[in-house]
Amino acid sequence: MTEKYTMPDARGHFGPYGGMFVAETLIPPIQELNAAYQRYLQDPDFISELDADLQHYVGRPSPLYYAERWSRELGGAQIYLKREDLNHTGSHKINNTVGQALLAKRMGKTRIIAETGAGQHGVATATVAARLGLECVVYMGAVDVARQSLNVYRMKLLGATVVAVESGSKTLKDALNEALRDWVTNVDNTFYIIGTVAGPHPYPAMVRDFQAIIGRETKQQCQDMIGKLPDALVACVGGGSNAIGLFYPFIEDESVKLIGVEAAGDGVASGRHSAPLCAGRPGVLHGNRTYLMADDDGEIIETHSISAGLDYPGVGPEHAWLKDTGRAEYVNITDNEALEGFYALTRMEGIIPALESAHAMAYTMKLAPTMRKDETIVINLSGRGDKDMQTMAKREGIEL
Amino acid sequence: MSRLASTFEQLAKSGRKALIPFVTAGDPTPDFTLSLMHEMVKAGVDVIELGVPFSDPMADGPVIQRASERALAHKMSLTKTLALATEFRKADQQTPVVLMGYLNPIEAMGYEGFANAARRADIDGVLTVDLPPEEGEQCAALLKERDIDTIFLLAPNSTDERIQKMSALGSGYLYYVSLKGVTGAGHLNAADVENKLKQIKAITSLPVGIGFGVKDAETAKTISSLGDGVVVGSALISKIESNLDNPERAKSEIIGLLSAMRQAMDK
Repeated sequence: MTEKYTMPDARGHFGPYGGMFVAETLIPPIQELNAAYQRYLQDPDFISELDADLQHYVGRPSPLYYAERWSRELGGAQIYLKREDLNHTGSHKINNTVGQALLAKRMGKTRIIAETGAGQHGVATATVAARLGLECVVYMGAVDVARQSLNVYRMKLLGATVVAVESGSKTLKDALNEALRDWVTNVDNTFYIIGTVAGPHPYPAMVRDFQAIIGRETKQQCQDMIGKLPDALVACVGGGSNAIGLFYPFIEDESVKLIGVEAAGDGVASGRHSAPLCAGRPGVLHGNRTYLMADDDGEIIETHSISAGLDYPGVGPEHAWLKDTGRAEYVNITDNEALEGFYALTRMEGIIPALESAHAMAYTMKLAPTMRKDETIVINLSGRGDKDMQTMAKREGIEL
Repeated sequence: MSRLASTFEQLAKSGRKALIPFVTAGDPTPDFTLSLMHEMVKAGVDVIELGVPFSDPMADGPVIQRASERALAHKMSLTKTLALATEFRKADQQTPVVLMGYLNPIEAMGYEGFANAARRADIDGVLTVDLPPEEGEQCAALLKERDIDTIFLLAPNSTDERIQKMSALGSGYLYYVSLKGVTGAGHLNAADVENKLKQIKAITSLPVGIGFGVKDAETAKTISSLGDGVVVGSALISKIESNLDNPERAKSEIIGLLSAMRQAMDK
């Protein structure tokens, strides 16, 4: 066993990473949020309301599924899938939005804003806002609005206003910029639900804590199903919320390998990718210090990935820390490899994964054959592929 | 005494307020910015805030965002902004120049490397939008060792405790963001600004410049009278944007607006 893991410190630092790098107007609301979060984290009423929502509204616990046929096919480690795709709204994102929305309600906020890339977080936010009767505005890059139109429609059905962001690269990072601009303008009545483990403190820690249910359940399910800890955990990393959610409860279990899979787009060597941990450098963006895709002048570089949810130039600061300390390993998977993972899971197990999660599938196809048959891999199947049907059909030349 | 401190001291002695224009370096070209800086000085400005273009200007409204995009389109950078300031200083040893921008270009250069480069360029102050005092002590100390002021932002929701913190760590002046919002927003309320300035002035002895939402001579006069100076940015940059085919006309419109502000403020 290993020493106790207590990150972040009181000011939100994970070693040199994390922190609170925002303009002055946002400091008071962030401090207010942090105080509320620290308080309700200890509040039994809040915790029991959250637990009830996760059980009855989200549908937790999500199953841990033994992918027997695929394991046999790959001929190495036994593969288990943590089925976050079966959650209400189709991804792990709802674990966090349910928690933050309850917090917003207790803080008396009447208006919710969010940024979204693939639209999964936007849908999960619009969903909880509808349920609580809160006004909801979702910022989404214009490029993503076009490639994830199904999710745009879902958000509108749920009563949210979707704002297509036309600035910069018109993707997730620009949606985050625009959400921050909204927040700074409407701080008094607005709660900003950030969807990933990035942003200023306390977001990286708070989103992690809401997502850590994934890892806690996995630990218990592994005990029940195989009677031991798994040997490796594999999850895709964009901002990194599904990965941290799975990893966090295992950080002190050193026998368990933690592997984050970044999006290599056209390949890391091509420069057209979204893999800051594998090929970026430390810097400050969106309120925290972390690994970024930036040029020598510190300007943020445009990212590329087939999956809108991984198309982000930064990554949660805790992943930066886990990388530097060597506790987690970060690898990358190209668009084409991700597609192989997508088809493999679909045809071997009858489960269509989100293109984001397909990156984790593709890495597992490389990893599993190198491991023994008595070893176990748990992959976070963070979302389902319904939202990607148009993208996939288009690639195959099919008009839907 | 630093150039900023003596500028504000002179102004206070003569009962005048500082007129502080903000322009983005390299928008639309570095040559344009350089000649505009000199002309603005002739029009009576006291301090120049020189914006360092950044790819993700989170606290800025659309006008300054687009100014950054125009400058970045031809690879403007922190290094080139410092070169521009060096060039300006060759012909003007009086006017204080404050760099205003975001942290990541400074992180990329390294804090010490940046502080040295800013000293070489004879920069007077640095305002980094996303570097609050909690995270900014190291950078402020390196700048201070080199006689460069660190300017902090204050907002309508800043508490007494935070105003004290900025006052202790900052120097040169404090920049009061007059409204909750991004640069160029349009709902500035003079009565709110007046109340907040009373609170700030009771705590700090530093001069206070007021910005965000100042668009015309009348507002400049009203707002500057509540503090020690007024910052005007988006209103100038929109004149660059509406005259991209005719930079000379952009320049004369900017000078016209600043002259009108100067006149109104001195009346």
